[in-house]
Amino acid sequence: MGAPLIGARVERKEDYRFLTGAGQYTDDVELPRQSHAAFVRSPHAHAIIKKISLGKAKAAAGVLAIYTGEDFAAAKLGGLPCGWLITDVNGQPMKEPPHPCLAQGKVRYVGDHVAIVIAETVEQARDAAELVEVDYQVLPAVVDGAKARAKGAPQLHEIAPDNTCYVWAIGDKAVTDAAFAKAAHVTKLEFINNRLVPNAIEPRSAIGSYSRADDSYTLYVASQNPHVERLLMTAFVMGLPEHKVRVVAGDVGGGFGSKIYLYAEDVAVTWAAKQLNRPVKWTSDRSEAFLSDAHGRDHHTVAEMAMDKDGRFLGMRVRTTANIGAYLSTFASCVPTILYATLLAGQYKTPVIHCEVTAVFTNTTPVDAYRGAGRPEATYVVERLVETAAREMKLDPAEIRRRNFITEFPYQTPVALQYDIGNYNATMDAAQKLADVSGFSNRKEQSIKNGKLRGLGYAAYIEACGIAPSAIAGSLGARAGLFEAGEVRVHPTGSVTVFTGSHSHGQGHETTFAQVVADRLGMPIENVDIVHGDTSKVLFGMGTYGSRSIAVGGTAIVKALDKIVAKGKKIAAHLMEAAESDVEFDRGVYKVAGTDKQKMFGEVAFAAYVPHNYPHDKLEPGLNENAFYDPSNFTFPAGTYVCEVEVDPETGSVKVDRFTAVDDFGKIINPMIVEGQVHGGLTQGIGQALLEGCRYDDATGQLLTGSFMDYCMPRASDIPSYQVDTRETPCTHNPLGVKGCGEAGAIGAPAAFINAMTDALGVKDMPMPATPQAVWQVLKNKKAA
Amino acid sequence: MHAFKYHRPSSVNDAAALAKGEAKLLAGGQTLVQTMKLRLASPSDIVDLGSIKDLAGIKSDGKTVTIGAMTRHADVAHSADVKKAIPALAALAGMIGDRQVRAMGTIGGSLANNDPAADYPAAVLGLGATVVTNKRKLSPDEFFKGLFTTALGAGEIITAVSFPVPKRAAYTKFKNPASRFAIVGVFVADFGTGGKDSARVAVTGAGPGVFRQADMEKALAAKFAPESVAGIKQKADGLNTDLHASAEYRAHLVTVMAKRAVAAAIK
Repeated sequence: MGAPLIGARVERKEDYRFLTGAGQYTDDVELPRQSHAAFVRSPHAHAIIKKISLGKAKAAAGVLAIYTGEDFAAAKLGGLPCGWLITDVNGQPMKEPPHPCLAQGKVRYVGDHVAIVIAETVEQARDAAELVEVDYQVLPAVVDGAKARAKGAPQLHEIAPDNTCYVWAIGDKAVTDAAFAKAAHVTKLEFINNRLVPNAIEPRSAIGSYSRADDSYTLYVASQNPHVERLLMTAFVMGLPEHKVRVVAGDVGGGFGSKIYLYAEDVAVTWAAKQLNRPVKWTSDRSEAFLSDAHGRDHHTVAEMAMDKDGRFLGMRVRTTANIGAYLSTFASCVPTILYATLLAGQYKTPVIHCEVTAVFTNTTPVDAYRGAGRPEATYVVERLVETAAREMKLDPAEIRRRNFITEFPYQTPVALQYDIGNYNATMDAAQKLADVSGFSNRKEQSIKNGKLRGLGYAAYIEACGIAPSAIAGSLGARAGLFEAGEVRVHPTGSVTVFTGSHSHGQGHETTFAQVVADRLGMPIENVDIVHGDTSKVLFGMGTYGSRSIAVGGTAIVKALDKIVAKGKKIAAHLMEAAESDVEFDRGVYKVAGTDKQKMFGEVAFAAYVPHNYPHDKLEPGLNENAFYDPSNFTFPAGTYVCEVEVDPETGSVKVDRFTAVDDFGKIINPMIVEGQVHGGLTQGIGQALLEGCRYDDATGQLLTGSFMDYCMPRASDIPSYQVDTRETPCTHNPLGVKGCGEAGAIGAPAAFINAMTDALGVKDMPMPATPQAVWQVLKNKKAA
Repeated sequence: MHAFKYHRPSSVNDAAALAKGEAKLLAGGQTLVQTMKLRLASPSDIVDLGSIKDLAGIKSDGKTVTIGAMTRHADVAHSADVKKAIPALAALAGMIGDRQVRAMGTIGGSLANNDPAADYPAAVLGLGATVVTNKRKLSPDEFFKGLFTTALGAGEIITAVSFPVPKRAAYTKFKNPASRFAIVGVFVADFGTGGKDSARVAVTGAGPGVFRQADMEKALAAKFAPESVAGIKQKADGLNTDLHASAEYRAHLVTVMAKRAVAAAIK
């Protein structure tokens, strides 16, 4: 029996291969007779394709084939589906315009797919792509969500008048309005939650291959959920039987949501592989990634909070326009609705909430889930309102939160969710202490002496993770289940291979999951390997997003372990000639209670595979079990973040001087990995609020921030050394007591940062990102006012 | 990247002979190679200056620091001679781009490209350096011709830059947070000679090309102190406006950066 592994800072098993260059990313895969693809992309935001001339391109060196939308239509390839049906305020289904893999007569954003060019080498494919002549009739474009609904705005899709996908609402409007009518104070804010480009370090990549021998396909792809990718591609686009398609997502270098979706390129290379009877490879470059990876956020929101004279929240009203881009990406519809408005209660007892969301098509890259997905937007609404309300009512921002914290669980919010457990005062207490909030006034004085401004801001966030109970998701419009699958295969000599439907693209599952298994079975972690990302190895999987891996995927593994342990108990009882009910199992050892008889887990495993002395009349040989787990509720990680900024008023530069995060993730398997997740999330959150902002030209719809020269990603020098800690209320409805931690940082950080900024600047609002020019402008406007 | 012919001449004369038509000279490649990879440039020939001896190196005689055209930014930043004679110049080189850019980029390449937001042009103009080519010697006023334009003719190659050693100098740069090019960079130098050109103020990043701020130079010649420039406003007319900074904001930053540069120079 080894030392306990749950809660241990085990070094990541996967890092050896990553740090020594031995990882196998999709672009590392080289198949015999592999060809290469390049895509002809629209240079216009909105245009009719009058004619495509392929003559010159087809004659170029090395070209094997060129396919356009016409070829795809002739082959009866379907469009890309949306996985979540939203029903609008009138009970009508959302508008789902066709989303062809290659444009059918019209392009709707810069980067939209026009043709796939396949050649012997990448450079030949790109050279030939430049020779494809497309005659465009350029149309007026609209890139702003609010403007897209205005009269006379360019119309993207015939079936979506006013470019409106849906108008959706949650909560009781009349009751909410009544709460506002009797409020002592109302705080109102209007702001934009800025559009972001995900920028995973590994660009997307896909290799389609086809075997004539058995009419089967293999797609290697940088994906967060290979089974979902296969399901969507086979059933909805290509009309293929699932068992004839294998999807492999080996090592994947970050996703942040952008690799959840089924993309046009994935379908195109898979289909073309059969046409050419050769593998077809495509790897995005960074410029293409800016144009074609689904973007995140892009909300325009007006939000109000009603309070009584003591700052107790009476009600909340929110109206949001969500810019979803030119087409509906795979989960685009649920992000600004189900994953957003249901979180508007935050950590507070706000009794009534009404939220209306209008989703709008524009001539921009499709928008979908990006780290946090709806929950950062919700937290931003709630926490900006709360902090602003406190300042307006001359209350301490921590105190107004404490007055309104939910303290009794389970708690039913007015926006559908039921929180199982939490202790918001505990994380607030710890955060205030760790952040040395009491020393702030001294630090501020020092800053003022140096000609600087200093501010402090809080965010007390909550998120719904462990996505999701399938029945609830289904009732809300999900077109898929959201369970997870796991398999535990014990080998004859006692080592273990675990197959999980979760997918690791940086999260460290190969370590965390191995800790869970090795701890339970009392074996060294080296004896456990985690396999993921291959539909031919893993029985099924819904993949990794929504901080669901440990809570849902981990629980599926625990359920399979339960079966292993139970079967082992029967074998052990037989070997020790004891009654099964007398046998106890504890971390690798089966014991007959009250005796010194025992069998090690390895001995039991061996007996299962070499069943000479075995209860054949009662039990099959072998030790291999699988389990599917569908959660009974979401999990609710929550925490308090405290951000302190220092601003140079002469230039508008901002220094994030201190950042403290105290999170409640329930039970923690590997604190080191959790800290890494928090650090990464915080950095992305600070990135959104301080540096990153995707911008399109209003008139032409050209992407203005199309490279790292203009789109500012956070660097190490932009962030402080974080102070992080945790408090623990174990999740009540999964056996590990875990909640998930992958998105928290990105969810809570923007509000904490902007609250610190508005405090420092002495203003009501500071738009994101708080670039030096924007800060300077805000200070200038304040001076002029 | 489009296909091209690659040449690696061993002398400046050979290089000059090859630099014809659609050929491009390759120094550190930190702009050219990126542009080629994006397929925005497709030179027929690349003439790599990397094998030409004597193009790289730093000489200092107390009065002048001469830097070979192929000297990398990192070598200037770390040079004991430059640090001793003109610490502001070493500091400037250490602020260019990132570590990778500084390891490859060269002074000659930067000047020949004359990016309006590059750093070296501020030092060359701010110190009144001499740009030496295979054909002639040029003053900064002769050399810089505005946005990405210089006086360099066909087959003309920068071989070195000679910087006169000032009494004191400093460069302050307000970086574009994304690209780290200068939104505004101000190089100030005090030669302590009194009168015209005693103090020089060169501004990069703000306009279509590096320029001198005459009002500030005059004020600093009278008294080389931050308060001399703190009240001098740069006109916004003609300055650049982009996503990151309006002309008005840039104009404001010129004063702030100049004030801070003077403060740093007299420290």
